[in-house]
Amino acid sequence: MMIKPVLLWSDALILLLLATVAALVWLARKNDTFRAPWRQVMSSRMGAGTALILAVYAGIGLLDSLHYVERLPGAPGQTAGQQAQYSGEVRSALDALLKPLRENVEKTYSAPFATHLYAKETMPGPDGREVRDFPRLKHGGAHLADPEKDFWSDVSERAGLGLLGGWVVWLLWRSWFGCRNGGARFGLPGSSCSAAGPPRRNLTLLVILLTAGALIALAPHYHVLGTDKVGQDVLYLSLKSIRTGLLIGSLTTLIMLPFALGLGIAAGYFGGRIDDAIQYLYTTLNSIPGVLLIAAAVLVVQVQIEANAEFFDTAAARSDVRLLALCAILGVTGWTGLARLLRAEALKLRELEFVQAARAFGVTDARILLRHLLPNVMHLVLISVVIDFSGLVLAEAVLSYVGVGVDPGMISFGNMINGARLELAREPVVWWQLAAAFVFMFVLVLAANLFSDQVRDALDPKSGGRK
Amino acid sequence: MLNYILRRVLYAIPILLGVNLLTFALFFMVNTPDDMARIHLGAKHVTPEAITRWKSEHGYDKPLFVNPAASGIEKATDTLFVEKSLKLFVLDFGAADDGRDIAREISQRMWPSLVIALPTFVVGLLAYLSFALLLVFFRGTPLDTGGVILCVALMSISGLFYVIGGQYLMGKLWHWFPISGYQPGLDAWKFMVMPVLVSLIGGIGDSSRFYRALFIEEIGKDYVRTARAKGLSDLRVLFKHVLGNAMIPILTGVVVVIPRLFMGSLIIESFFGIPGLGSYTIDAIQAQDFAIVRSMVFLGSLLYIVGLVLTDISYTWADPRVRLE
Amino acid sequence: MSAPVSKLVVENLCVEIDAGGRVLKPVDGVSFEIGPNECVALLGESGCGKSLTALALMRLLPEGGRVASGSVRLSDDDLFALAEAEMGEVRGGRLAMIFQEPQTSLNPVMTVAEQINEALAAHRGLNDVAAAKEAARLLRAVGLGDDKLASYPFQLSGGQRQRALIAMMLAGEPELLIADEPTTALDVTVQAQILKLLKELQQQRGMSLLLITHDLDVAHDMADRVAVMYAGQIVEWAPSAALYTSPRHPYTQKLFAVLPRLDRRGERLDSLPGRVPGPDSVFSGCRFADRCPAVFERCRLEAPAFHETVPGHWSRCHLAEAEEPTSSRVRHAHQVTPTGTHGAAESLRFSAYESGVPLAGAPSAVSLSPVLDVRDLAVHFPIRKGLLRRTVGQVKAVDGVSLQVSAGETLALVGESGCGKTTLARAILRLIEPTTGQVRLLDESLADLSGEGLRRKRAQMQIVFQDPFSSLNPRMKVGEILAEGMAALLSLSASARLQRIANLLNQVGLPEDAASRYPHEFSGGQRQRIAIARALAVEPKLLILDEPTSALDVSVQAQILNLLADLQQKHGLAYLFITHNLSVVSYLAHRVAVMRGGKIVETGDAEALLTRPEHAYTRLLLDSAPGKTGAA
Repeated sequence: MMIKPVLLWSDALILLLLATVAALVWLARKNDTFRAPWRQVMSSRMGAGTALILAVYAGIGLLDSLHYVERLPGAPGQTAGQQAQYSGEVRSALDALLKPLRENVEKTYSAPFATHLYAKETMPGPDGREVRDFPRLKHGGAHLADPEKDFWSDVSERAGLGLLGGWVVWLLWRSWFGCRNGGARFGLPGSSCSAAGPPRRNLTLLVILLTAGALIALAPHYHVLGTDKVGQDVLYLSLKSIRTGLLIGSLTTLIMLPFALGLGIAAGYFGGRIDDAIQYLYTTLNSIPGVLLIAAAVLVVQVQIEANAEFFDTAAARSDVRLLALCAILGVTGWTGLARLLRAEALKLRELEFVQAARAFGVTDARILLRHLLPNVMHLVLISVVIDFSGLVLAEAVLSYVGVGVDPGMISFGNMINGARLELAREPVVWWQLAAAFVFMFVLVLAANLFSDQVRDALDPKSGGRK
Repeated sequence: MLNYILRRVLYAIPILLGVNLLTFALFFMVNTPDDMARIHLGAKHVTPEAITRWKSEHGYDKPLFVNPAASGIEKATDTLFVEKSLKLFVLDFGAADDGRDIAREISQRMWPSLVIALPTFVVGLLAYLSFALLLVFFRGTPLDTGGVILCVALMSISGLFYVIGGQYLMGKLWHWFPISGYQPGLDAWKFMVMPVLVSLIGGIGDSSRFYRALFIEEIGKDYVRTARAKGLSDLRVLFKHVLGNAMIPILTGVVVVIPRLFMGSLIIESFFGIPGLGSYTIDAIQAQDFAIVRSMVFLGSLLYIVGLVLTDISYTWADPRVRLE
Repeated sequence: MSAPVSKLVVENLCVEIDAGGRVLKPVDGVSFEIGPNECVALLGESGCGKSLTALALMRLLPEGGRVASGSVRLSDDDLFALAEAEMGEVRGGRLAMIFQEPQTSLNPVMTVAEQINEALAAHRGLNDVAAAKEAARLLRAVGLGDDKLASYPFQLSGGQRQRALIAMMLAGEPELLIADEPTTALDVTVQAQILKLLKELQQQRGMSLLLITHDLDVAHDMADRVAVMYAGQIVEWAPSAALYTSPRHPYTQKLFAVLPRLDRRGERLDSLPGRVPGPDSVFSGCRFADRCPAVFERCRLEAPAFHETVPGHWSRCHLAEAEEPTSSRVRHAHQVTPTGTHGAAESLRFSAYESGVPLAGAPSAVSLSPVLDVRDLAVHFPIRKGLLRRTVGQVKAVDGVSLQVSAGETLALVGESGCGKTTLARAILRLIEPTTGQVRLLDESLADLSGEGLRRKRAQMQIVFQDPFSSLNPRMKVGEILAEGMAALLSLSASARLQRIANLLNQVGLPEDAASRYPHEFSGGQRQRIAIARALAVEPKLLILDEPTSALDVSVQAQILNLLADLQQKHGLAYLFITHNLSVVSYLAHRVAVMRGGKIVETGDAEALLTRPEHAYTRLLLDSAPGKTGAA
């Protein structure tokens, strides 16, 4: 099958973000003042464990950002010279990996591990008469001849195999990285193989590998987390939601940073009228209720997108632009907090003696800002970036609920919750969609929160290492 | 001091003007009234006549800033900017796109909002502060560690889950309270308890952890060591000295939101079906009624600025350095 | 007043601190005692564990710190055995403590009366009217009027705050008052008042006083007995008179030897190599061995015991073990005349050319036109008030100052905090714009310069700041820090720049590999060397030194002063040396200008001005300096 890579705007920005981070790390790799705090973060059990969880989420998000379109099978009689026809549906590498999950669509709701549909249907019974009963699922457990008899043995067999696989991978990992210098090469702690138990971060890895193993073994044959109203696999939806959450959390920051850095530091360093103007700007923005400002801007963007529908050749491109607009709006409205922080810090720094010394050399303002102020506020920026991340992931859910979040057609945690909450009124309750969104979000946000605590402890001299 | 407050009040004017210009730009210049008409008239193929009619019905048929057709002072006043934007300054909100008077809606809907928001605010503040003080009193013990972990876990859960979980448990499973709805008068409490409880639980992680951090920072300061060197008990040091000083940063975050309580909470009100300003706003957003959204933006900014002034006044009570200089 | 007779006995006190998994021992086996109505000074440089010792006595150790072993008995009560509630009664009752920072040690949102009443209520059960009366009485006892009762701390000056704090601590009628560096943050005239107050209170009330200080002169003025601390241990413990006439421990001897004083002018100050070992150091032998001039093999192997050389005079040194330990056994003999015993007049012999290396003394090359010529310089800051922030007045931070500094000459600018000396320095450098007046540098008026011209001119004048921690950008390597000025002001090739950096590091006595390291890897003294090298990098003719040694320990101060003297000689630099420390002034200044309230009140030749001050304020300054009472 022929494919053509597609670079959505958000993909491009993610790559840009990755490249920037990689470049910064490369530049600072020898810089001990830069590395020491991160070493501290990674050497704590909490820091290393949460970083690993975040890395897994980021990996899934990245896989979901490698987009392509498939080439449609050429019509008969088409010559080679003719323009190839591509599908209008944009897929990602993750979609390709999760192909069974994506394609195993049922008719409507089904509970996790169910073999039958959630709703009764009228169908021909064994005796030819019409009966109302729960029909078998098309995919979930379809390979079982007699679900009632075979179900448990089949599930436990597959789960056992999956867990075993995960454990074997973990053992391999330990023998490769746990005890050899390979770990140290990547700056990973726990690379010294002490007799006192296995290296610490392996435990998180073990849990992740076991979960992944079990899911890989079971998911192609069962709907591990059930299906939603239109029969889509909830596990697939949950995995696809990750990218949306991560994008909101990271791209917003990317957009916000130039404003916060530039305006905050300038206000603090130059003072006077520049300070007055910038303070006026952020007080004004702050005074507008956040959700309303975002809502207003999103409404405007929505109208513009609708008015210019012809620009977007695929639905994916459309929801992508809407997502970016949302990030931009969150960024433009969200820089004030960090800017205020940076202003206060710059105010302090400009009186510090090393800045005075630079001024005594006649060093230009631009250079002082770049060489003296910027590096000395970076820890604040980093702390606020990691703290904001979790807040933004949560905000996406709320905004999507209000109707000013991502495109309603886009898979996201907010849309998942939104779609599921009304179904709580059903009897028996359709709980699995909510539960899945809850677990996936909770793990991500909790890991981010705990990680940010570690980062703050390591970077902020005020927190003194111990709270 | 009076000068100080007066200056803050004067400072509010350019800010409100800025808000006004910003919203005007968003709603009338980026999006033209034509766009608005198209949204409301719905169908794809709208005749220009229909658009013109809709605009004149809703008062959107004037030019933005300068009206060359009018004479004298009306050249500048008979415009969209004055009619739709500047009039907000005298709290003339005009009519919503569905024709109803916005000011009347606001005056009716703010009471249910207050009924929910005020208890949430007061009880919440007391509960969060108490919990934070409890943790700080037992700092370094497993109780503190456990409390902090609980806080981080609670703040990692989306607010939507608290609402959904609360409705499911307290409403559907246990039948304690009606799942949603509202009744004015004395029966209001039945509909009030669950939203308040849900908001409280939803906010405890974030706020308590924040207050705890504030207290811990204060405890590290020299004057606390002096107080302990005087032989005061831990409790007295905590309540008299630490709380007294932490009041200043606490007020910064707390007082500013008080006026906004009138506007209610978007999520809570819409989930629990409270006919307050929050649900009014969310309905307007979903119906794309820009007139209401604009009014609420202005009202929100106004109340925020009132909050800022109140914060400054509250400093004079909490901080003698502000009071006496 | 009937304070009961009491006695504090500290035995083998060890304090441990948990620092990220490692256990540090900043106080390791400290024993001393305080008799009734006695003043004991705990003397030591920063980081020796003296403050932690005091906090341990109060059981107020910071979080992570704990008493590992040892006992403290106040009269007959074992303080470490008391329950926390009982200790609460002792704290602020029988045992009280005042602290270093009057700025932060008082609760900013409570009035002085409220804060005193708290202690009165806790320890003497006084309330309302009785408390108000007693609070007023206490305030008068510390020299503050009743009107200060209703004041908030921010309305008081530093000295007044310290008095208020003392009043609070007297509320419980303590048997023993611990004073942790009570005057370090204060000006010298205020310091003299507070020390006098403490002495009087101690005598009137029959209190014991534990004074914690780094200042040899303060300890000498105040204490009956002195314990010298080094690296968590007491190394010498003796009656004050004995210690100051015949110090036994090499460390104590060195401490005296490194002090800059008038009678050491022109001498090279003795210096103590290296730095105080941190609390994380591991010792195998004597803790002072690495820096000791008298070190011998045994010192490295075996920790010395505490020997009583003469009755009541103890020293932790192997040399003290012998029957009659004298400093003759110290190879690098530096028996020192005790500080403080020299009367102001008697010791004012100039010894500049007597002892080999002439360092200070007359300027080496007196040129006719001064390097720096300041005339009627004024810096006024507007005071804005009212609704529209109109300027209603002016703070005259610098108010018509004239001074000259020649090549090879050191002009000391002396004044207390807030007198405008730092503003003056910044105005000379045009870091802030002067309001009026003229600054001429090498016969060129700075006011006429702007843009590129001013930038070039900056190469001729440079500044070294007080705080060695904030004066270097923590995110830049030392090499980059040194190169910054060269890049801005000199046009050098890259290799020439590297050569010059190596040369500079060599000049200030730092290893060449320092260039590739970050500031945090260096100690305070080393950072100050880096700051000096940075200023020298652009070959200035004038160096403004803004309290360059105030933040340093005395042993390190001597190293820096020696370095500055060497550099001045070598390059013929003109120094404008801003300081509040009169002993430093008397040691190195050629001329002195005394500044007060933005004006220079007296200026003149150092020797003449310091011995025959004419202005009343100069006399007050000189009389306030500690170390005078011993001569009386």
